[in-house]
Amino acid sequence: MTRLTLVRRLWSDSTLLRHLLVAVLGVVAITAVLTAVSDFRSVQLAEMAYLGTAAGGLTVLTGLNGQISLGHGALMAFGAYTTALLLPDLEASTPLVLVVLAAVLVTLAVGSVVGVAAARLHGPYLAGATVALAVAVPGIALFYKQTLGGEQGIPVVLPPTPQWALDAGYYLTGTDPSRSKFVAYVAWLTLIATFFLLANLSRSRVGRRWRAVRDDEVAAELAGINLGRARVSAFMVSAAAAGAAGAMLAISVRLAAPGSFTLTLSLTLLAAVVLGGLGSLTGALLGAALLTFLPQVVTDLGTDAGLDNIQAAELAPLVYGLVMVLVVLLAPLGIAGTLRSLMLRHRHQDRHRGPTQTTGQTTVQTTGQTTGQTTGQTTPQTTDQATGPDTPGAISTTSKGTSP
Amino acid sequence: MQQALNTALGGLTLGMVYAAFALALVLIWRSTRIVNFAQAPMAMITTYVALVIIDAGHSYWLGFSAALLSGLLLGAVLERVVIRPVEGKSHINAVILTLGLFIVLHATAGVIFGNEFSSFQAPFGVRGFKVGERTIALTGFGVVMGLLVLLFRFTDVGLRMRASAYNQEVARLLGVKVGRMLTLGWALAAFVGSLSGLLIAGGNLVHPGYMDSVVVFGFVAAVLGGLDSPVGAVIGGLVLGLSLSFVSGYVGSQLVPLAALAILMLVLTLRPGGLFSHAQARRV
Repeated sequence: MTRLTLVRRLWSDSTLLRHLLVAVLGVVAITAVLTAVSDFRSVQLAEMAYLGTAAGGLTVLTGLNGQISLGHGALMAFGAYTTALLLPDLEASTPLVLVVLAAVLVTLAVGSVVGVAAARLHGPYLAGATVALAVAVPGIALFYKQTLGGEQGIPVVLPPTPQWALDAGYYLTGTDPSRSKFVAYVAWLTLIATFFLLANLSRSRVGRRWRAVRDDEVAAELAGINLGRARVSAFMVSAAAAGAAGAMLAISVRLAAPGSFTLTLSLTLLAAVVLGGLGSLTGALLGAALLTFLPQVVTDLGTDAGLDNIQAAELAPLVYGLVMVLVVLLAPLGIAGTLRSLMLRHRHQDRHRGPTQTTGQTTVQTTGQTTGQTTGQTTPQTTDQATGPDTPGAISTTSKGTSP
Repeated sequence: MQQALNTALGGLTLGMVYAAFALALVLIWRSTRIVNFAQAPMAMITTYVALVIIDAGHSYWLGFSAALLSGLLLGAVLERVVIRPVEGKSHINAVILTLGLFIVLHATAGVIFGNEFSSFQAPFGVRGFKVGERTIALTGFGVVMGLLVLLFRFTDVGLRMRASAYNQEVARLLGVKVGRMLTLGWALAAFVGSLSGLLIAGGNLVHPGYMDSVVVFGFVAAVLGGLDSPVGAVIGGLVLGLSLSFVSGYVGSQLVPLAALAILMLVLTLRPGGLFSHAQARRV
């Protein structure tokens, strides 16, 4: 009994320990899954891992710091091209770890420049600037054809799987891991490492500053927080995650080409983050999973219903666009956030025996219009003040009066 | 010299397209404080409406007016059904919502019309006589912009719209049906957007993504001018069109988006609210 309370106290007191435990569980789980699945599935899982890594970075930026970025696809391009330039052929035996680190550093540098510019911008201005970034970056690759390969891009030559990895794989699973499984392992380990760092960071003083800036600039500044520094640091961290994701994309697709980094990729990432729930890393992972596995299901349904292949391929974006709109309208906390608030409300009700009063403010109705501006901060069905400062997502907590 | 003149002329034409688009964005921004990223796909859908009607053997002008009407309708319906719930809420919600609409409309067009290119007929069938077409397009924009100015300056509806954009609560107290004005604002913006879509499409190829570059540059133009100022939008559009045309002519067309980004960044770093913004206080 005492041991149980000790464990429980350790669990709730030591964030680091908790996150480490989750990370270790994650590694175990992914090893088990990758051992069991086919090569085709592990390619898909690798895709989910790099989308998830980038979405994790974006969710920290948008959910915790309130900055929107439609240019994360472009940031991934920097990571991918760095990887491709460092892995041109089999002779260039840069260790993979160093390649990924270099990709992260390059993207970090780019991200800090973009972040400095972005820190001065708000809402739609920031969205517009990052859209321009997303559209502009592929053009660079087209312009410098000699070094960056133009439309065809640069092929990535993956160095041979290191002996120790083969040994470890054999020891754990009894078979030699195939190439695609090796890539999937690398991608998932990157995802877990990134999420571990992001989770710790967002629970730390840095993360509290980001949230403070998101929720109320003036109050944050009065509390001695340097707004610009908090914004730029959030952008840099987010860009670094995008760089790691780009590197993983490059080694799993074995190519860095401008066609992979269109505006669609950036919008896809945003969709993943919104679907899962802004500010929640679990949500980012859920969103990435949806984006990876949904298209195939929907496309198959479409071809069964008699559409041709090209039309059926458009069904997947149609579905997640629709879900994106519905999530914003009906469940602004996303999948992870909605589950969490349901859980909290449930616990709350247990404690108080009976439904609690929600604090949602009523809609002001003037001249018979049903559209009076709500002065409340959240939509009534999601209002739960018990979630406190960790409410995932700026979506419900940062609304400010913006009427002219 | 000849080349420079041609580049400048091309740039001005392009600039007018961006300006019209930026104007549509500004119209929506002024009334609802929302940037409509779905403007381009909305215009694309209405162009397809025209295309379907023309391909069915009806006259060009029937398709043209049907497209403009469907633009009005689409704008009004979207505002009333989808946008209304997020008006006055956080910026991020609105941005995400219109981006979601962007994806939905895009994919819908892809499912219905397929992803292939289809040709769209020019108004008078004067192919190759470029200057003529340009003049027609330019006059079209000029007329529409003039009409908009007249509407906003000299009519009762225009006054009501300006009032509800300026201060919703006071306008409401004075008996203006603000909700209706907002719907009307969206409808008008969608009208202008689909007009620019039709004029770009004239004599060109149409596919679901054909407006996408315009939305980015139109947005950059609107931000350059400051999202609040219609004059700024027009000037921003012209400046952007000219500079991009010169970059494309003398440096390389691949770098055009990069140049747009550079211009945008330069302006926003010096004046975060755009060139024509007033000093503004944000409510805390």
